[in-house]
Amino acid sequence: MNITRRHLLLLFPAAAMSWESLQAGAPEQAPNYQMYKHWWGMLLDISKCIGCGNCVRACAAENNVPEGYFRTWVERYRVRDEDMPYPQVDSPDGGMHGFPALPAEPGVKEFFVPKMCNHCADSPCTQVCPVGATFITPDGVVLVDKEYCLGCRYCVQACPYGCRFFNPSTRTADKCTLCYHRITKGLTTACCEACPTGARQLADLKNPNDPIHAFMRTHSVQVLKPYLATGAKDFYYDLDGAVR
Amino acid sequence: MKPFGEAGHLLRVALVYALGVALFLIVRAILVPHSFGEFGYYRGRAIAQVAALPMHFAGHQACRSCHADVVALKRSGVHAGLHCEACHGPQAAHVANPAAVRPVLPRVATLCIRCHAYNPARPHSFPQIVVKQHDPGGLACNTCHQPHSPLQGFGKKT
Repeated sequence: MNITRRHLLLLFPAAAMSWESLQAGAPEQAPNYQMYKHWWGMLLDISKCIGCGNCVRACAAENNVPEGYFRTWVERYRVRDEDMPYPQVDSPDGGMHGFPALPAEPGVKEFFVPKMCNHCADSPCTQVCPVGATFITPDGVVLVDKEYCLGCRYCVQACPYGCRFFNPSTRTADKCTLCYHRITKGLTTACCEACPTGARQLADLKNPNDPIHAFMRTHSVQVLKPYLATGAKDFYYDLDGAVR
Repeated sequence: MKPFGEAGHLLRVALVYALGVALFLIVRAILVPHSFGEFGYYRGRAIAQVAALPMHFAGHQACRSCHADVVALKRSGVHAGLHCEACHGPQAAHVANPAAVRPVLPRVATLCIRCHAYNPARPHSFPQIVVKQHDPGGLACNTCHQPHSPLQGFGKKT
């Protein structure tokens, strides 16, 4: 078949169109992933969290989290109106199997708070590592290098949010990876995938089309422990002042 | 006549020092991983290693190519926002090999009340039931409700 210049020129727009649709339809492959184009965070909408524990189970299944340890967990807060600074907090099995209902009491409000690594831009946990085994990637995810980790547990102590633990099977520090193996392929995290109400949403702060920008513009959003200036990137909507 | 006059002893010290530095650099080159410092004070290759971990959740984009009818039914009802794996669990193995790996159907008895049993801590706008009042006969939820579109046939938004 002879391709004349005319035919070749006609082929270009078609090729461009099919390339566009390929890009839109198929998840981004890891080799095409450019770290410097992303800055990952998470949006957690407390007004939508129903405490079903789907995220905790999904995280454990996706990341082989050992039993009794949690990369993400859900807390139930019981706040007495006259005693707001001292809430009762419980999290049976990290909320993995849900929460047995407690009798409703007048003057007491209850709500669920999903917790996970805040992937801090200036994280205390990476600063204390003596060997450079934990770090923040150029796209804003705090990871642990399991081949390099000595298991000294400084980082476990340093995290002000209690998000790290010592994994007894690998003998290294362990934590949420923000499902780095998924988000680099254009998928969302396992917890977001399993959340039935959309209380968790993965957010790419460098992507101008990410819905988080519209949400943050129109809603009051907070991070946990802002006074520690950790640069936390888990943004909570409808966060009660009683939450630590 | 010595080549460096009286400075010969200084040369010997400098030589030992240079040997020490060379030894340090050689040992360092062997011990420090090649990609260390590529992006910062850590092993750059660790990023790719974490990114290469296996997946268990296939992602909601994967389901539609085979189960378009169920996805369409779900999209028409109040469960439109739910991703398939929220109830069906991680299905990456099934997506990779649909014929050999058959997903186990979730047990409705535990599945539905996990989200819809009344709990004062849940947001008040979220649909909840007191199980003993809603279902005194102990019927399975899907006797009346189509799980993919649970209000279908109840005269409300399907």
